[in-house]
Amino acid sequence: MFIEFENAEQANLAVKLIDGFKMDKSHTLAVNRFTDVEKYAAVEEEFHAPAEEEFIEKEHIRSWLADEMGRDQMVVYRHNEVQVLWNMQKEQPQIAHNKSHWTETYVQWSPLGSYLTTFHAQGVALWGGESWKKIIRFVHPGVKLIDYSPNERFLVTWSNEPIVVPEENYDGPFGPEDEGNQIVIWDVKSGALLRSFPSLAPQAPSGRSTVSWPVFKWAPSERYFARVTPGSQISVYEAPSMGLLNKKSIKVEGVVDFEWAPTSGTDKSGKVKDDMLAYWTPEVDNQPARVTLLNIPAQDIIRTKNLFNVNDCKLHWQSQGDFLCVKVDRHAKNKKITYSNLEIFRVREKDIPVEVVEVKESILAFAWEPKGERFAVITTSDPNFTAAVPGSTTLKTSASFYYLDKGKGKDTLQSFKVIKTLTGKSCNTIFWSPKGRNVVLATLRSQTVWDLEFYDLDFEPLESAAAKVPTGGEKDPAAYLQLLSSGEHYGVTDIEWDPSGRFVVTSASVWRHTMENGYQIWDFKGQMLYKETLEKFKQLVWRPRPKTLLSKDQIKNIRKNLRDYSIRFEEQDMESSSLVSSAERQRRRQLLEEWSNWRQRVEADLVSDRAAAGQQVAAATAEDEEAEVVDEWIEEVIDEKEEIVA
Amino acid sequence: MRPILLQGHERSLTQIKYNREGDLLFSVSKDHVINAWFSHNGERLGTYDGHGGAVWTVDVNSSSTLLISGSADNTAKLWDVSNGKCLKSWEFKTAVRRVQFSEGDKMVLLVTEPRMGFPATVQIFDVQNGATEAVSSEPLYIFHPEGPKITVAAWGPLNKYIVAGRENGSVALIDPQTGDIISTNMIHEATLTDLQMSTDRTYFITSSKDKSAKIIETESLEVLKTYTTDTPLNSAAIMPKVQEFVVIGGGQEAMDVTRTSSRQGKFECRFWHKILEEEVGRVRGHFGPINTIAIHPDGRSFASGGEDGYVRVHHFDDDFFTFKFQI
Repeated sequence: MFIEFENAEQANLAVKLIDGFKMDKSHTLAVNRFTDVEKYAAVEEEFHAPAEEEFIEKEHIRSWLADEMGRDQMVVYRHNEVQVLWNMQKEQPQIAHNKSHWTETYVQWSPLGSYLTTFHAQGVALWGGESWKKIIRFVHPGVKLIDYSPNERFLVTWSNEPIVVPEENYDGPFGPEDEGNQIVIWDVKSGALLRSFPSLAPQAPSGRSTVSWPVFKWAPSERYFARVTPGSQISVYEAPSMGLLNKKSIKVEGVVDFEWAPTSGTDKSGKVKDDMLAYWTPEVDNQPARVTLLNIPAQDIIRTKNLFNVNDCKLHWQSQGDFLCVKVDRHAKNKKITYSNLEIFRVREKDIPVEVVEVKESILAFAWEPKGERFAVITTSDPNFTAAVPGSTTLKTSASFYYLDKGKGKDTLQSFKVIKTLTGKSCNTIFWSPKGRNVVLATLRSQTVWDLEFYDLDFEPLESAAAKVPTGGEKDPAAYLQLLSSGEHYGVTDIEWDPSGRFVVTSASVWRHTMENGYQIWDFKGQMLYKETLEKFKQLVWRPRPKTLLSKDQIKNIRKNLRDYSIRFEEQDMESSSLVSSAERQRRRQLLEEWSNWRQRVEADLVSDRAAAGQQVAAATAEDEEAEVVDEWIEEVIDEKEEIVA
Repeated sequence: MRPILLQGHERSLTQIKYNREGDLLFSVSKDHVINAWFSHNGERLGTYDGHGGAVWTVDVNSSSTLLISGSADNTAKLWDVSNGKCLKSWEFKTAVRRVQFSEGDKMVLLVTEPRMGFPATVQIFDVQNGATEAVSSEPLYIFHPEGPKITVAAWGPLNKYIVAGRENGSVALIDPQTGDIISTNMIHEATLTDLQMSTDRTYFITSSKDKSAKIIETESLEVLKTYTTDTPLNSAAIMPKVQEFVVIGGGQEAMDVTRTSSRQGKFECRFWHKILEEEVGRVRGHFGPINTIAIHPDGRSFASGGEDGYVRVHHFDDDFFTFKFQI
């Protein structure tokens, strides 16, 4: 059947709407353009190989790691200027690259630091290498959020605008199957579009209606990524094939959220274990709330734990996947008082024992020590605390540190115990050093308090170092917890440790307020090294580093010989600081000299001008009158008494 | 360094000036009052009453006999310093924004602002024998300068020029006899708020709402030094002696201050090394923006006047005089 339309648009619309229409079970209507017949008839019979492109060597994208001084980089975004800077500790950071209007909204590093991502109306661009050339770009109009897979192989982009595929003369990456989708997964190296997904419909008004990002969470092996459809299912996809695992989603009635274990670990034979994820479901009718650990791809349920009187759960994996802590917000029977529990799964042990740490108060923040067996919690029993509006008032809080007590002998149970509880604080956030041990407790997003406190959990008191506590002896972990220093950064909004765990940056971004925007660099001891106040400062992000290539033994060796290394570094520091100061002195001397030369010239000119004008030269300089000394006597009668002297 | 607080005004200060010896300090404010103070102890010598509007500007001659003031009541008045008598009142069409005695005290410069169809004027009056004889009501010269509105002005060396700072951030040299603009230079990005000459008038300092203060050579209008801060500036002064410093001050305007924290508003006097362009210290105390700063001619003290209605006179401590910048 041939139908003629008035114009091309109508024809296109007809193809779009009616092609593939199912008339009944066995008949499908196919609609094609008449011009397609000519188009496909004209395809050449013979295959022509495309011309081979010349190989252009790319720059090393990890060149910054070869820095002689081993410095770290950071990106600073202010007004519309983006700068990549070398951290110079006490000195002004050195500019590695600088470009205005580099991004339109914000910048983001890839997880291993190889690429700097900039955002534009048309999509994102990835930059890197020594010369900061554009490496690749991904077209996704209106892109707002991105997420990399753990090893930077895949990139997920999200736009609030559904993709519109133009009909004619379109050479973009999208095909008709992408129409209306909002999430796109790309291959970072080739730039190829792998698959696009629609955004899930916004939830019911009772639920969180904002986009929770990342929508797709990546397994550490990068083989799987998954997303949750709250209330019904978890969809696990395989990478790079982008297919749904076992061709169907895992149905979990009521599921709220899930988290992948951050490392999958290896079994005894060194084979990489399956990836693991944990999810939780709330109480429905008479069913208790439940946390479940699931193996992927086998989909075996490894462990479940039932929970009662649950308001909300948060899943916190320790960075090596050894522990899973489920922070459970509970309500008492009368549903009025809420308090929190920590359910800690010891994942590496047989049968995965679960330990319950009771916390009588509401938990504001929880954080595992990276690679450690300790964690910190911030709790409050402040009546002003309502979970709905965090940060509206400054709350009285307490911070507690916990450690895993190994016990003695084989029989005793391991359990998490409090190292120390610090009360009467106002802090509400925990920032562990990426290397563990040091931690910063901060009061963020408050209107009146901007406290920073730097703690060391392995502080060696000098006396005990001298006395050499016998190993294996009874030791009180609280003795090793030490407040190193406390500081304040007026208006601080963000805090980030550098990847080496030696420096902390606190910044005040114009995105939150306009007071004293800028950043400060502190060392791990809490000493402020450098402060920069920048108008319209927006963002500072440290460049992440890839995992170390050194083996455990090599690291141990370095640790052992630290003293030898430190001597060398101290010498270098001394040298560079004296170098800087002498250059600075030189500059100052020159400025003073220039000024005095200029003054001499100008004063001479003025004298001759005065003479020419017939004025007395002396008139202007006759100011050397003797300074008048004013003596002032102040007499004050404090008390008067009359006494009759006999 | 404990300041002396001069509480003689009910509204924000607009300008303060020391006389040549520095023993007297004159302050003017939006509350119509002109005050004279003893600078060493903050005692009030007297007031000069007569203005019917905010007093924008004041100046005193080098022999401390005559005082001139300009006001929003569209008048400029000449006063006898010693007894507070008004010797002369000039009437204009619009407010008087800036007054200054010339070098040698023979003339005064007045700048009136443009308003309601009346153009801005720069007028020069003869006050040579102002203390003893009647002063002429007619100006020696009157100009209608072209271009952006003049906000601040001062006499150049030997009265060769009038240096005018304008609303768009530019500075112009005006010939005081013809009114011709000799040269202009774009110095700031926003309006100029103050312009104070060095002792010999060969260079001057400007402050601007663009958050910077600059030192400029009078002859060439070349920028010699720049002091960039984090807050809009209202005033800047050059320390004539003792130390090579400049003092600058300002603060966020009341309408921009979101919270009542004095720290937040940055209401501080900042001391910068004049030549090395490095900040050396701050003096806080005002709880509103600093509108005007003046430094004692012998560099022993300085005073600041704020939006908060107070003048704070600071006498420097001994270590200020022995301070040496590390070079």
